[in-house]
Amino acid sequence: MPEVFMPRLSDTMQEGTVSTWTKKVGDRVDKGDILAEIETDKATMELEAYDAGVLEKIVVEAGKTVPIGEIIAVIGDGSGVGKGTGTAVPAGEATPAAPAADTPPEPPVSPAPGTPTVTPVAAKTTPSRAPSTAASTAPPPGISAGGGKPVKASPLARAIARDAGLDLSSVHGSGPGGRIVRADVEAAVAGLRSAPAATPAAVPSSTITRPGDEELPLNNVRRITARRLVESKQQVPHFYLTRTIDAEELMQARAQINAGLAAIAGDAAPAKVSVNDLVVKAVAVALRAHPEMNVSFGGDRLIKHNRVHVGIAVSLDDGLIVPVVRDTDTKTVTQISAETKELAARARAGKLKPDEFSGGTFSVSNLGMFGIDEFSAIINPPEPAILAVGRAKQEAVVRDGQIVARHTMRVTLSIDHRAVDGAGGARFLATLAGLLENPFAALA
Amino acid sequence: MAVITYRQALNETLRSELLRDPDVFLMGEEIGIFEGSYKITAGLLKEFGPERVRDTPIAEEGFVGAAIGAAMLGLRPVVEIMTINFSIVALDQIVNHAAKIHTMFGGQSKVPMVIRTPGGGGQQLAATHSQNIEVWYAHVPGLKVVVPSTPADAKGLLAASIRDDDPVMFIEHLALYNTKGEVPEDDYVMPIGKAAVTKEGTDITIVSYSRMAAVALDVAKRLEEDEGVSAEVVDLRSLRPLDRETILASVRKTNKAVILEEDWLSYGVGAEIAATIQEGAFDYLDAPVRRVAAAEIPLPYSKPLELAALPDATALVKVIHETLDATRFRG
Repeated sequence: MPEVFMPRLSDTMQEGTVSTWTKKVGDRVDKGDILAEIETDKATMELEAYDAGVLEKIVVEAGKTVPIGEIIAVIGDGSGVGKGTGTAVPAGEATPAAPAADTPPEPPVSPAPGTPTVTPVAAKTTPSRAPSTAASTAPPPGISAGGGKPVKASPLARAIARDAGLDLSSVHGSGPGGRIVRADVEAAVAGLRSAPAATPAAVPSSTITRPGDEELPLNNVRRITARRLVESKQQVPHFYLTRTIDAEELMQARAQINAGLAAIAGDAAPAKVSVNDLVVKAVAVALRAHPEMNVSFGGDRLIKHNRVHVGIAVSLDDGLIVPVVRDTDTKTVTQISAETKELAARARAGKLKPDEFSGGTFSVSNLGMFGIDEFSAIINPPEPAILAVGRAKQEAVVRDGQIVARHTMRVTLSIDHRAVDGAGGARFLATLAGLLENPFAALA
Repeated sequence: MAVITYRQALNETLRSELLRDPDVFLMGEEIGIFEGSYKITAGLLKEFGPERVRDTPIAEEGFVGAAIGAAMLGLRPVVEIMTINFSIVALDQIVNHAAKIHTMFGGQSKVPMVIRTPGGGGQQLAATHSQNIEVWYAHVPGLKVVVPSTPADAKGLLAASIRDDDPVMFIEHLALYNTKGEVPEDDYVMPIGKAAVTKEGTDITIVSYSRMAAVALDVAKRLEEDEGVSAEVVDLRSLRPLDRETILASVRKTNKAVILEEDWLSYGVGAEIAATIQEGAFDYLDAPVRRVAAAEIPLPYSKPLELAALPDATALVKVIHETLDATRFRG
């Protein structure tokens, strides 16, 4: 009987929330029909049926969150409708990390005679995310670490842990059924992730709810934002470099560009570029000039990125998301501007696809429009740095011995010290300042 | 190098071996006047005459036995059995005689015989004419079992089989006869028992043979282009002897393996490969070894059912994705 599993819809997804079921128990389902909407980390996506039949059982009700790979529904021939509905996870009850005893059983360890559970043909009727061999879910017998709880790990993961002197019981397993795989051990060895990553943002023990307080359940965006920011602040050694930019030329350039765009727009609504669009362009050009900044810290190595992808922090009603403008250095300011607007609009509608908010090599966060003079931002791993941009405002500055009014803007670079050192960051910032103070150089 | 079909490669190799060695002769049902059910022996009766290209009665046990006798007395018979399914009739001759004579009688006589026979499904030949039972022969010491997937391998391995002093089951595939590929000209002999890495890769190893090796290679190339997945393909070329070192070297590199085989899953070739991998590369495995094989049913005649029962690229891709997913770091 085909089971429907919580699919993995993005690289960072660990669990998903069934936001709505678009089919109800007893409905006919064809392959490709939309069964449900799944809220993942940061996006809501449609879940298609891989099998045809009748939706016999909804195991995870709308609103509930379960880890990827969990059974969320069952599609059958209709004969099972109404049977065993007690297995549904009622809303409001804690979701178990592993299937409860009364959920549908895992595949048998050995195929019953005449039941080729491991054949591809049988597998064709099994949902695609299901680990369809028994071996991938059966715990290795008699294996435990430190005489305590049994640890599931691939042989390769065990060998690497043994060589590194690492206790596997301290490692979080991200494979099927919590199996520790090589990637987990390597991350742990690199000190990136020695604690269970599934634990969300550390909660201070003093957090209590007082009478009159209201508890708001976290949505996925808030939960992921919290988890990733805690990871970043705990694991990435940040340092900060601030520089004051003379933004007079930048403001004039922007005005000239927008006047030019208005002049050629005719009756159409003219395109307009923002200060931030110009900053993003300058950052991309500066990154191209400083490939040593376009890197990620990879545990035992530095990963040098050949392409420049700048992410732009966008605030949502309920969190934060960083859509990425790909190959930013090769795009014009108007292209960057249009793409950023389009990405931000879809981000606010919850319609970004995972590859549109991942894979950046650098981020820009701008709070200038809120009147913030300067701030420091938290790095978005595995990117090596983020630029926090304050507002451009007129200040009294000394130029050639005279006090004059000039637009100035303060930018602060947060840098992962494992990847980039202070002098390197300062050189990048000097190039960036030069580009912002001579904006036509950034456009040339 | 000329681009020719698998069928042409076999035909040309038979011809050149007949020319090269007067002890080589062919026998089988309808191979002479009719030129073979699959036209592998086209033109050979005309060129070499009925002494060396012999039509036999429909009696596999009889003519395989006759070939064994001829081989023991110094000739090099190349027997065609119309399909591997009919070799079952001659099983006693192959397993109890051809495979045993050399060792059982103290090395007094070798059996330098080749049995050429095509296997495989997908032709709507129904359950009794579509089997992949090469593993039955691969199980038997004393036999060699070769399973070429390309025209070049067909040529190099057929020449090697005919020149080998042991009985060789030379397993062709019905769906490969019309496939084309570059084939070295002149004399071209390939060692029996050496697998080929037909595509190098770092993410996952696909082990396969015969027609499924061609499917595996195609899938690997597509995954590389479409998804950036770097799959390595090991084409076994021969099931006995089995080149375990090439399989293990690949899995030690990629840490993951999927076996694609057209035979049934239980007790199949994939089971042997999976056991080989866990014995020889246990500490290198990051995920369970997976097998993609045929459904365990007598193959249906109906085209849609036949296609559904046979393993294919879609089934392989799905299992590759599952295996890669199982080892990907999820932050």
